[in-house]
Parts: sequence; structure tokens; C-alpha cells
Amino acid sequence: MRIPIETIRLPNGLFVSLSEDHTAPIVAVNLWYHVGSANERLGRTGFAHLFEHMLFQGSADVEANEHFELIQRAGGTLNGSTWLERTNYFETVPSNQLELALWLEANRMGKLLPAMTQQKLDTQREVVMNERRWTMDNQPYGTWLEKLPALCFPPEHPFHHSLIGSMEDLAAASLDDVAQFFATYYTPDNAVLSVAGDFEPATAIRLVEEHFGGIPRGKGKPPLPDMSLPPVFGQWKREVSPDEIMLPRLFLAFRSPAFGTPEYYAASVCGAVLGLRNGSRLRRRLMRERQVAAEATAFTFDLAKGSDLLVIDVTARPGIGAEQIEQEVAYEIDAVLRDGIDAVELQRAVALIQTSFVSSMQQAGERADRISLFATYFGKPELINEEVDRYQALTVDDVNRFVQERLGENNRASLLYVPRDNAPGELVGAGAAAEAQ
Amino acid sequence: MSAPAVAKAPRPRPGPPREYQFPRFYRRRLENGLELVVAPATKLPIVTVAVVVDAGAICDPPGREGTAQLTAKLLIEGTQTSDGAELTERFERLGATIDAEADWDAAAITMTALAEHLPAAFDLLGEVLRTPAFRSREVARLKAERIAELLQLRAEPRGLADELFSRFLYQPSSRYAKPDGGDEKSVESIEREHLIAFYESRYLPGGVSIIVAGDITVDRAEELARRVFGDWQHGAPQPIIGDDLPARTQRAVHIVAKPEAPQSELRIGHVGIPRNHPDFFPVNVMNAVLGGLFNSRINLNLREAHAYTYGAFSSFDWRRQAGPFVVSTAVKSDITDAAAREVLLEIDRMRAEAISADELSLATSYLDGVFPIRFETTAAIAAALSVLVIHGLADDYYDRYRDRVRAITTEQIFQAAQRYLHPEQLQLVVVGDPAAIREPLGSLGFGPITVYDALGQPTT
Repeated sequence: MRIPIETIRLPNGLFVSLSEDHTAPIVAVNLWYHVGSANERLGRTGFAHLFEHMLFQGSADVEANEHFELIQRAGGTLNGSTWLERTNYFETVPSNQLELALWLEANRMGKLLPAMTQQKLDTQREVVMNERRWTMDNQPYGTWLEKLPALCFPPEHPFHHSLIGSMEDLAAASLDDVAQFFATYYTPDNAVLSVAGDFEPATAIRLVEEHFGGIPRGKGKPPLPDMSLPPVFGQWKREVSPDEIMLPRLFLAFRSPAFGTPEYYAASVCGAVLGLRNGSRLRRRLMRERQVAAEATAFTFDLAKGSDLLVIDVTARPGIGAEQIEQEVAYEIDAVLRDGIDAVELQRAVALIQTSFVSSMQQAGERADRISLFATYFGKPELINEEVDRYQALTVDDVNRFVQERLGENNRASLLYVPRDNAPGELVGAGAAAEAQ
Repeated sequence: MSAPAVAKAPRPRPGPPREYQFPRFYRRRLENGLELVVAPATKLPIVTVAVVVDAGAICDPPGREGTAQLTAKLLIEGTQTSDGAELTERFERLGATIDAEADWDAAAITMTALAEHLPAAFDLLGEVLRTPAFRSREVARLKAERIAELLQLRAEPRGLADELFSRFLYQPSSRYAKPDGGDEKSVESIEREHLIAFYESRYLPGGVSIIVAGDITVDRAEELARRVFGDWQHGAPQPIIGDDLPARTQRAVHIVAKPEAPQSELRIGHVGIPRNHPDFFPVNVMNAVLGGLFNSRINLNLREAHAYTYGAFSSFDWRRQAGPFVVSTAVKSDITDAAAREVLLEIDRMRAEAISADELSLATSYLDGVFPIRFETTAAIAAALSVLVIHGLADDYYDRYRDRVRAITTEQIFQAAQRYLHPEQLQLVVVGDPAAIREPLGSLGFGPITVYDALGQPTT
């Protein structure tokens, strides 16, 4: 399987990738802006994400929420998302509606500010505050996405602070901030555009040039500080977080090699060996054999700057205390450290990763998004075609080298959630715990 | 929605749409009654197989709710030749993902594998369906995992609101009043022999459809199915029809206490209509206008006009019998009553006057246009064919779908709202802080208020 890719760069710096596939009359338009929460300035945590909301509030030629209306009326799906290093916006539409999606994206890239008003900002600020309450403050364990990076990155590091932002900082965001952020980061030379699906390349290029070509290049963005960090934390960092929850849950993070490096693939496959699906080590050992965990999984943040995080996420069974679950997980990690992983585990993990990759590449939107990722971080969208090969080329030794370097006690960070008013280990059983609430 | 105040630049006009057909599919039936539905789709070398069994939660024996889900999940936890760990490894070393679950109307064992590994994976699938072992150790483990899930629910406002909404909606005798996976009491009471009895009475070829979508020919799929299932015993499960009677015909407010909650999780709705209802299409489009789309009335009102919430939507849960109609949202505690009032106003407004042609065309052109995007993956095609099988829809259902959506009129929407939205029967369920919301909800005058704990036991 090979994903076809053609790239051009417009004179204003916009990097464009095209990936043709005429199986169905569908086309995906996907824009990544190389800006995320890492680029926020002091006192404006959450702004990159709040700004993403503002991009749906109209532009010079588009009314508030009309972007949604026009795409849905065209029979398309759309959304946007914000991450530490990037913000993306995407539409999948019937292929005869390609120009509409391009026009809408170009209109807000070129002419957002005339549509911005204080009232729209105030409304979206409230919406985002409700989003924060919904995903974080009123959700068991919801604060993990804020607490774990804070624990794993030093205070001055751009990945340290909250992606969704504090209520205080959200309240402080102004229209001036919107204008400044837009001028600095929402420029064609800080974006990549990917189009995947049913289109004729010559037509697509003409439409892209027509709609995006006139948008002026930016004046450059402030450089991020040096993101590099030592390969290990240097200690076992620990935070215990009491929460309104029924079962203890451990997030155990390891500092790991930045996304895209050869060592990243070893880290990623190590995560799959440990926590991908039911045959993974942690699920087999902690759920099936030891029966001390209700859930177990592992994942990477996929951060491309400086260093990444490999995270193990295990929820205790009723009756298993917080301390015990932490010990059980540590025991399994120590076993990997002592004995390494074996060839069967590696083969299983790579086989599942390959199926998952092929499965996701069925969707135009997924293709476009993955192409944008490699274009944004490395300027090489064609890396999408090397991913499976890079996993398949890994040897047991490669993975075990990663294990030796990164899974030791000097490179662990525990974020341990414990039921509030229940000391770790005191939860005795389903019935008793339920009654206690 | 709102007309632009000033002349705006012209919007790009679409060219003619390229034609699209839902993937062709072919039915075959083995002599023992097992049905095979094959949809070749050769874009990528991947295949999804969905085994749909007439063994959904609606078939649970009374008092042993959760049997259907446990049975389905235990199929992939060990066969007579492989224990659970071994079986899992045999699938996963092929790169095959296997998942088993039971919803209300059917059990589904779904497998996705690269085409090159399909024959081996298909053999394993046969083993799973025909020779499950139901080892006591695995039964106990999955029961404990379900108990843990229920325990987690007590502190999870979204899931708790959904579960208790159903409980307050249906008569206690209805299967729909209890969670599809069962509750603590019913799950505790399920033993290995109950699961085996359920398996033996429901997992029979006459109640099994094997749906294959992806990079495979019909003949090859039939060959695999014959090899693996051809000599399976004959037999078919007894049809089971659940009851969907509402618990109440008058409005009531149910506050589930979560002291000091920063948000209220709201569920507002009543018993809806069954999937096979002749007015499915108008009701579906009506719901899209009311709360099904981002630009629906409810979301634009609660999120974009009032900034009460991150999102608000409505849905009909389509089941063989009447599933719930529900509006769902989460709002800051101090405006719970105001948010509920806006939802009620929107429901009333749907029934008071016809929607505009513009609103209709937004919903219909969305459902029409998005149709091909819904079926990009083998998993999505298999899921669509599962719906066809479970609800006995006609073979040309997906071919006619877009025409039927386009034919809906504002008059039909108006009638659907009048007939199938019942403001007088609405149940309002809130998981939130009683100290902050009880009084304001009382002033709303919606109906009698009861306060419950997280287990759904009344405390007032």
C-alpha cells in the first residue's frame, strides 16, 4: 500500500500536499497551523484553544457559525482541534464541494479579524469554560491532561502548562490578544494544507493558488525556547491527587525520544507491547492473571520537539488500593527492565499497528491529517509511507535498548489518583465503596 | 441561518456531484440457516467481519440482566482448545482485532484483519463462535470488571445521567429500565451455567448473520463460511420481543445528587418510537433540525446564543422497540433552570409552527450529502449492513435512502414534531448539586421533584 503524494509550495510559503484517491466522491481538506499551547505567553494559558473556537465565528465574508452551516449544507463533516504543538482544522466534503472548503479556510486565514467582536469572544470564552468544566473539572480523573505535563516538564518549559487553560487566564484574554495571535501564527508560511481524495490535481492546484495565493506571508514568529531536556527525569517524580472518584488510577510517564526519531518508534512499539489491546503485557498480567486492574493501556503524546512522553494508564480493581496498584505496575515495569521484551511480543505489537494504520488510511480525513502531521513537523509528507516500514524494521534489541535507557526508576513520573476521603488502600469492595458515597 | 446583513462575496458553487452507490452486497444462506452478507470493497487490503447474533440484551432472562453482554464478551475469552490468553495471542499475532459486545438488539463479534491474514483469522472466529469454553475463572473476572464499571459510573456524571434517565423513563418491568450490561445485583447472580444455557439457546445458525466487508470476493467469503460454519448444527433461537412501556405519563424532575458539582448533566426526554416505524425518515430529519446538527436549534440556542454549554444535542435511540428520545447537555450549575427552560421552549417551538424551508434544506442536504462519507471504511460498511440485518430493512434501503431524505417536506416535519414530541411526558434528569439547583428547578414549575443518591435511591 502506497499513499500517493504530490507537494507544492506557494510563493507565500503555504506548503501544500495532494493525495489522490478516486474510490469514492469524497475529498478531505486539512490545515495544520504550527502553533499550539506551547506558543502561549505567560498569563494566557488556554489561548491557542480559545482561538481555535474563534475561527468558527466567521471571517470577512462569512457569518458566525456559517462555516459550520455551509459545510454541513454541502454534506460535509468538519471540526478543529488544539494540541501542544499544533492546531488543526478539517473538512471532509463531497468532492464537488472542494472549492467551498478551500474558500472557507482561505477566507479565515486571510480575513479573520474583521469578523471578531467582543461579544463573540465573550461567548466563546464561556463555551470554553464550560468545556473545561465538562472534560476536566466535573469528570473523574479529568485533570490528568493538565497535571501530567505539569509533573513531567520543568516549570519554564513550553509543554509544562495547561492546554485548556486556567479560568483566570481565559478570563483575561482580549481582542488584542486575538489580533496579535492571528498576525503572528495564522499565516500561510506557518501552515500546511493537505487535500486527500477525489480531485484532479491540476484543478486542485489552481483552486489553492486562487484562494490562498493572495494571502501575505507572515512576519515570522517568536522562536520557542530550547525544548531539549536530559533523556531522563533524574528521579522518580510523584504526585498524589485526591479526586471525586471510586477507584484509584495511575498515570505512569517516562520521558521518551521525540516523535519521528528512530528511537521514537522503539518507544511507540514498547507502548504497544505494554498496553495495546488484550494481549498486551499489562492487560494480560494485571487484568487477566493478577486481576488487580480494571483497565490498562499505554500511549505516547507524539511530541516532536525536544522529547516525548510514554504513558502507562492503569485503573485499579475495586478492593485494590492506590499503593498496591502502583506497586503492581512497578513490578511489571521492573520485569521488563530485567528480562526485556521478546520477539513474539514485538511481532504481535507491530502486526496490530500495521492493521490499525491500514484501517485508518481508508478515510480521506485520516490520510490528510497524517500527511499534514509529517509536513508540519518535518516538511516531509512522504514520511507517511515509511511509518509501517519503520515499525517493521525494529528488532527486539532496539526495543530493549529503549527499555534499558528509559524505563528505569530514574525516569518515572507517577500521577496517582486516589478517592478523596479514602486513604490509599482503604477501599474494601464495590458495595461498601458505593454506600460510602 | 441568519441572513447576512450585508452583501458578501459569492460562495463557490459546486460542480455536478459524482455518482455514488452504497457498496453492492450479496446474500447467501447455508443449509443450516446461517446467513452470509458480503460487500466486496477493494480499496485497501483489509477486511472486516461482523458476526451479528440474535442475542442482544433484550433477550436477558429477567433477574439476570447482563447475561447477553457477558456471553458475548466470554466468547473471545477462551475456547475448548485455547485459554483466553492463548486465544487473544492467536488473533493478535495475525494483527487481527477482535471485539465482542451485545447491544439491545443483537450481539456482535467484530473482527478486522489484513486480507492476507483473513483465512487464518476466520478459522479462529469459527472456533470462538462454535466452541467457547466459559471457563469459571474468566466468568468471575468479567463479572468483576462489570462491577468495577458500575462502581466507576457512580462518580461519572455523564454515564450516570444516561443510566438513571433510562431507569426513570421505563416501567421497572421493561428490560430498557436496567442498564444493558446489567446492574450489581443481576450481574452477581449470573453463573457459568446461565451463560452456557443462554449461549445454547441463542447462538444458533438460524439467528446468526455473518457480514463480510472489504477486500474479498463473494465466492471466497462463502467458501470460508462453508468451511468454518457449514457443519454447524441446525437450529434457530426463539424470537423475543421486549416491552417499552413508560414509567410515567406526567412530567417529573429527578435530581441525582452530586454535591458541589460545578456543572449539571441534563437529560430531558421521553420514550420515542421503534426503528421500524413508518415515520422514521421524517422523525430523523426533524431531530436533525431540533438537536441533531451543530447548527441545530438547541445547540445554537444553548451554546452559541446563551453560552450555557460546550454542546447540546438531541437524539432518538433507534431500537427494535421504542428507545428513548433525549436532549443531552451539561451546563454550569447556576443556570440549570434557565438551560432547561430553553430546551423546553425549543421542543414547544418545533410543535407550534412549521420550520423554514432553509432549516429543512440544511438538514436534508446534510444527510443526503454526507451519505458517502459515512461508508469509507470496511468497519462502517459492516456496521451499516448489521443495521439492515437487525432491523430487517429492505435490500434497497441504502440505495433509496438519499431520495427518501430529499423527499421530506416541512409539513411532514411539523406533523412528526406534533406526533412524536410529547412535552407533557418529558422527564427531566439532572446529575448535579441539589443545594444549587433544587430551588430554581422548583420555580421552573416543570413537575414534582425527587432527589436521589448516586445509586438512584430516593433521599427525599
